[in-house]
Amino acid sequence: MGVIGQIGQWFDRRLQLANPIREVVEHPVPRNTASWFYVFGSAALTVFLLQLVTGILLALIYVPSAGEAWSSLQALNHDVTLGWFIRAMHGWGSNFMVAIVLIHMVQVFLFGAYKFPRELTWIVGVFLLLMTLGMAFTGQVLRFDQDAYWGLGIGASIASRVPIAGPIIVKLMLGGPIIAGATLSRFFALHVFVIPGMLIGFVCLHLLMVLKLGINEWPMPGRLVKRATYENEYHQLTRKDGAPFVPYAVWKDLFFAAFILLAVAACALYFGPFGPTGRPDPTVIQTAPKPDYFFLWLYGLLSYLPPSMETPALLIGPVVAIAFLILLPFLSGEGEKSWRRRPIAVLTVLLIAIILGTLTHLAGYTPWSPHMNAWSGDPVPEQFLHGRTALERRGALVLQVKQCRNCHSLGESGGQRGPALDSVAVRLTQDQLIRQVIQGGGNMPAYGKSLSPAETTALVAFLETLHPRGQAPARDAARDIALSADKDHRQGAPR
Amino acid sequence: MPNENTISRRGLFMKLGILFNGLIATALAVPVARFLLSSVTRGRASAYLSWVPLGHVSEFPEGETRLSTFRNPYVTPTDGKTAETACWVRRVEGEQFQVFAINCAHLGCPVRWFAQSGLFMCPCHGGAYYRDGSRASGPPERGLFEYPYKVQDGMVTIQAGELPTPGAPTASLFGKKAPCGARNELVSIESKLSASSETNALLRKTKTWA
Repeated sequence: MGVIGQIGQWFDRRLQLANPIREVVEHPVPRNTASWFYVFGSAALTVFLLQLVTGILLALIYVPSAGEAWSSLQALNHDVTLGWFIRAMHGWGSNFMVAIVLIHMVQVFLFGAYKFPRELTWIVGVFLLLMTLGMAFTGQVLRFDQDAYWGLGIGASIASRVPIAGPIIVKLMLGGPIIAGATLSRFFALHVFVIPGMLIGFVCLHLLMVLKLGINEWPMPGRLVKRATYENEYHQLTRKDGAPFVPYAVWKDLFFAAFILLAVAACALYFGPFGPTGRPDPTVIQTAPKPDYFFLWLYGLLSYLPPSMETPALLIGPVVAIAFLILLPFLSGEGEKSWRRRPIAVLTVLLIAIILGTLTHLAGYTPWSPHMNAWSGDPVPEQFLHGRTALERRGALVLQVKQCRNCHSLGESGGQRGPALDSVAVRLTQDQLIRQVIQGGGNMPAYGKSLSPAETTALVAFLETLHPRGQAPARDAARDIALSADKDHRQGAPR
Repeated sequence: MPNENTISRRGLFMKLGILFNGLIATALAVPVARFLLSSVTRGRASAYLSWVPLGHVSEFPEGETRLSTFRNPYVTPTDGKTAETACWVRRVEGEQFQVFAINCAHLGCPVRWFAQSGLFMCPCHGGAYYRDGSRASGPPERGLFEYPYKVQDGMVTIQAGELPTPGAPTASLFGKKAPCGARNELVSIESKLSASSETNALLRKTKTWA
C-alpha cells in the first residue's frame, strides 16, 4: 500500500466516512433515469454553490450601508480587478438559479415525481423555490440603487395592505419608519445569513430524501402508483434494471452542470453586471422603477388587476398558490405518473407559462404607463399638419402642450396607456370627442378644468381631422337631421 | 426493574434539566423579541412623526405646485441620502396649501407633476391624479397622501416622518381635505382620530407646537 493509501486509511479509521460515501455513490438507480431530463436538480445545486462562492467574494468589498453601498458597487464595477466579472457572475447566476429551479419543478411535476412516497421531497422543494425567490428579491435590494429603493416602497405598500398587522409588518420590514440605513442592514442579514442558512439546511434535507427514497423512475403510461405496492415495485425495478449512479447516470449531470457554469460565465462576460442604476436618492424622482426579470410578471399583473380586486388578490393569491403547491402530493398522491395520461397537468403548466410569459413580455415595455417625457420629445408629426386650418393647427398645439401624447400615440410615437389617435375621428363624433376630453372616463382623466373653452374647441377641431384618407369621420346622423330641421324651422318661420 | 409509573433519579434530573433550559430560553426570548420589535414599539410611542419646515411661504408661488424636499426627522448614522424625502407643495392661495407625498397611493412609486395638463402621473402602473390630489385614473384606489401642514412664522411646516403606505395608520391622517389654518387642521385631525391613544399622544405633542 502506498503512502497515499496509508494516509487515507488513517483518516478513515477516525472519520469512518468511506463506506457511507461508497454506498451513496454506488446506489442503484433505474437505468432509464440516466436521462437528460434528470439533470436539473444537480444543475440547481451547482448554481447554488456558484452563488455561495461569488457571494462571499462580493462580501469582501461590499458595504451594507445605505450611504455607501452604491459607491462600493461602483468600486466593484470599476476599481477592483475583475470585480465587475464577479458581480456579473453573481447576478447572472441568480437569474439562472431561478430559471433552473422552475424548470426542475416543472419536470418533477410532469413526471409525477411528487407522488407517494416522495411527498415531503416535493414540499421541501416548494420551500426551496420560495427561498430562491426570497434570495432574488433581497439580492435586488442589496444592489442599492433607484430600482432597489422604489422596489422596497412597492414591497412596503403591498405589505401595508395586510389587515391590522400591515403597519407592523412594514416597520419590521423597513427596520424603521422609512426606507433607510436600517432597511438595507436587515436585508443584508436576510440575504447573507438567514435565507442562505435555511437554504443549505433544506437542500441537505432534499438530497437526503432523494438518496433514501431513490430517484423517481421514468414514468410509464399505465404503471400506476399505489401506496401498498409502490415501494416493493421500485426496489424490484432497481434490482432487476438498476445501475450504479456513478458512473452510469452521473456523467450527464456533470456535463450539464459544466455547461450551465459556462453559460453563466458567457452571459457575465458578454452582458456584464446588472446596474447599479441611479443613486438611491429619494429626491431624484425622474425614475421609472422596475423589478428584476423574475418579478416583472407581478409588476405587470399589478397594473391589470381592477383596483377593487388588487388587495384581496395580493394577500390571498400567494397563500392559495403556496397552499396548493404544498397540498398537491396529498391531492394526487397516487395513480398515473406519466404526462402522456395527465392532460390537465400539461395544460396547467402551459397555461401558467403563457400567463407568466405574457405578463413578463408586457412588463418589458409597460403599455399601461404614461410616457413621462413625451411632451418635450415628440412634436406633432408633419403629416398631421398639412392642409389644416389655423384653428386645427392651434388644436395640434394644444395636443402637444397638454401632454396628451404621454398616454396617446400619434404617428406611432407616444404612450400606449390610451388608444392611438391616428384615426380617432372615425371612432368618435364631434360631440363624443368634446365629452371625452372634458369629462374623461374609461381610464382617462377629465380635462375640463385644465382646458379653456377655446382650447377644447381647437383640440376637438384637430382631432376631427384625424382619419385615414378616403374614410369619412364619424358623424351623428340624428344631429344633422335635428340641426337641419332646426334650420328649416327658422328659415320657414317668417313665412 | 422500574415499572412505567415510577421515574428514575437520572430521568428526573434530565427532565429538570430540560425544564431549566426552557425557563432560561423563555427569559432570554424577552430581550430578543424586544430587540427585534424595536422598530415597531418605537413607532407606537410616535417617536417618528414631527413637524418639519419646508421653506418660506414666498418660495411657493400662488396657484402653482412645486417639488420640495426635507430631511426625515428620524435618522440613523448610516442613512446617507435616503434620509431625504421629496414632496409636492401646492399653494392654493394665501396661506392655504396642500402638501402631497411623493409616493403614489397605489404602490409608492414617485409621482411627477405635469403643470400643463394639471395632472400628477405615476411611471409605474399609470396612476393619475388631479391637481388637488384626487384620483383621476389608473389603479390607485384613493387620492394622493397629504401631509398635515401649518404655516408658522411664515414657514410652511408639515408633519412627517413615516413612509406613507395605503395601510399605515398615518395614511388616514394623510389625505385630509382641510386646507386652512394650523389650528383648524389639528382640530379636524383630532376629531377624526380621537379614538386612538397613539394619535392622542401625537396630538398632545402637536398642540404644544400650535
